[in-house]
Amino acid sequence: MFWPTLRMGSWDPLAQMRRMQREMGRMLQDTYQGLTGEFPSMNIWTSDESVVLTAEVPGLRAEDLDLTVLGDTLTVRGSRRAEELKEGERYHRRERGTGEFVRTVQLPYRVDSAKVEAHYEKGILRVTLPRSEEDRPRKVKLHQ
Amino acid sequence: MSNERGDIQRRDPAGVSQSSEGLEEALLVPATDIYERDDALVLLADMPGADESTVDLNIERNVLRVSGHCACQAPEGHECVYSEYSCGGRYERTFTLSGEIDTQRIEASVSDGVLKVVLPKAEQAKPRKIEVKSG
Repeated sequence: MFWPTLRMGSWDPLAQMRRMQREMGRMLQDTYQGLTGEFPSMNIWTSDESVVLTAEVPGLRAEDLDLTVLGDTLTVRGSRRAEELKEGERYHRRERGTGEFVRTVQLPYRVDSAKVEAHYEKGILRVTLPRSEEDRPRKVKLHQ
Repeated sequence: MSNERGDIQRRDPAGVSQSSEGLEEALLVPATDIYERDDALVLLADMPGADESTVDLNIERNVLRVSGHCACQAPEGHECVYSEYSCGGRYERTFTLSGEIDTQRIEASVSDGVLKVVLPKAEQAKPRKIEVKSG
């Protein structure tokens, strides 16, 4: 591996790592939609109490989305309508996907389906899934 | 360390943008549809997380620049365990307009994370029916 910008006195291995990470991230960002084929793109956050899932689903309405929770799986279903073009109208460029999608995600633990909350705002779906009571870690007291 | 940022900008000025706090943000390219109507071109761009207050349109010498900002929505007290898209970042994309667009009457709106720009055609560029006279 060559480091064309390496100079004495200014070299910081961590800075190089960060730069690489950033560049890799950008490359993936530019191509992920075409490569993974998965729609919608998702991010998942966890804590001991709950899982938060966000998904990029621009151009939908809340009623176009359908969520189901079973045990430790979440299924997101929906459809994105295409613009209806009238006769004589034509596309010059078409990059936004349309049609139906289904995506199932396995969560790190079972969730309490009754307490799941979902919001759709500015094209982003955000689902908060609290961990089910019986699945939480419990401290065991020691008796002497 | 002090010149790290300078290096990056020299090497790749388009790849890294900086917010007002000086932090680097992801630069995102919105997926875009463009279709033509009789009277206008319509541009639709996916910009999830952006709204009217953060989206900007700029026209300079027939180049339309669309930009927007998506604030990070990381939930508090949680750790990111899986990520397919950049949480927060700056959208930016430029389009070259033909001279047939009436730039004074461009209209734009954002709803559900989709930007819609209507670019009306200038009068002289609209299709015109020419009647054929007999005789």
